[in-house]
Amino acid sequence: MAVAVDVRLPTVLRPQAGGLSTVTVKAETIGDVLRELVSEFPGMSSQLLNEDGSLHRFVNVYVNDDDVRYLESLETPVKEGDEVSLLPAVAGG
Amino acid sequence: MGARRSVLDLIGDTPLVEVTELSPNSTARLFVKLEGQNPGGSVKDRVALAMVEDAEKTGLLRPGEPGQVLLEPSSGNTGIGLALVCRVKGYRLKVVLPQNVSTERRQLLEVWGAEIIESPGAQGSNGAVRLAQRLAADHPDWVFLYQYANPANPRAHYERTGPEIWRDCPEVTHLVAGLGTSGTLLGAGRYLKERNPAVQVWAVEPPVGETVDGLRSLDDGYVPPIFEMLEGAALLDRKTVVRPRESVEWVRRLADVGVFAGLSTGAAMAGAARCAVQVPEGEQAAIVVVSADGGWKYLSSGAWTGDIDEVAARARSTIYF
Repeated sequence: MAVAVDVRLPTVLRPQAGGLSTVTVKAETIGDVLRELVSEFPGMSSQLLNEDGSLHRFVNVYVNDDDVRYLESLETPVKEGDEVSLLPAVAGG
Repeated sequence: MGARRSVLDLIGDTPLVEVTELSPNSTARLFVKLEGQNPGGSVKDRVALAMVEDAEKTGLLRPGEPGQVLLEPSSGNTGIGLALVCRVKGYRLKVVLPQNVSTERRQLLEVWGAEIIESPGAQGSNGAVRLAQRLAADHPDWVFLYQYANPANPRAHYERTGPEIWRDCPEVTHLVAGLGTSGTLLGAGRYLKERNPAVQVWAVEPPVGETVDGLRSLDDGYVPPIFEMLEGAALLDRKTVVRPRESVEWVRRLADVGVFAGLSTGAAMAGAARCAVQVPEGEQAAIVVVSADGGWKYLSSGAWTGDIDEVAARARSTIYF
């Protein structure tokens, strides 16, 4: 069943969301979260997902601070109260 | 152990110390590998020496010949390690450094005589990488070792850091370290998994991308070429973000057991604690945390003594990794 989850947006995506830093979407999985975001804010589409629906290589998606690429990727389930955050891939070192 | 021929011979072979008293799970033992004991003060001494020696082997650098210039983008530690190695070996070094790194990083580069080229703070390390790439293209005579794409970086950890951990803690079940260029995790992680495929490799990262507001779009993002070349995504078992406040809390806990470590070690310890609580009850685990550096370069952050909210707020606008 779809639950409401808060999604924290990085500075770089806020202009596409009318300046919001957090948005709430209804979803069962991380894939749903991203598709919901894209349908609400079409400006984000090419930045979050590739044409084949997979995750863009320069975006990292976290559920409660865990990178979903190392969980179940877009199939990672979300539950009530989870916090999802998006961050751009940046260099360290 | 007798006297060493050169300070460069003191790089590596760092101590491992048990800090299980800080573990949230009594059956999950915690160990910290103190890379701050390297002569230049961080794990990056290993990478710096390995990259320079590799370049000497392949003829890219010619030992003893004057006037050779190296260029490197770094948020600090690689630059400092290279500056030490270059000073001893007689090479000139230019480091592209984001404006908003801690004062101590700049001061240490000056100690070793490196030339600092500033990149815009708002673009973080990505900006330093881009500027260095442009400068390297404009100056083909400068030697661009480029830690993010240089296989000698992970190889240094495959050949030395990993074997040292295996020697000192053969019961290791988890390796936890900051992601950065991914060199430590790719090299030491691969070595440990080859010895014992059950070893889990956990990456910890700060939420830097949250505040790097100089990016125009996510297409300005950056994944280190070595991470993709060496299939890092298949090697890592977990990647977790640790925020500044939690990093500061953990450097303070480390001080309780006499370990004076930098903020990225605080983040790695927070990741190790998350790892420890996931170890099933009754199961034994030995979690090894790589402490990238000591606390010296972070004194100006007030991490140990300042008001924790103020320290965390400052840490958000300064690059400490």
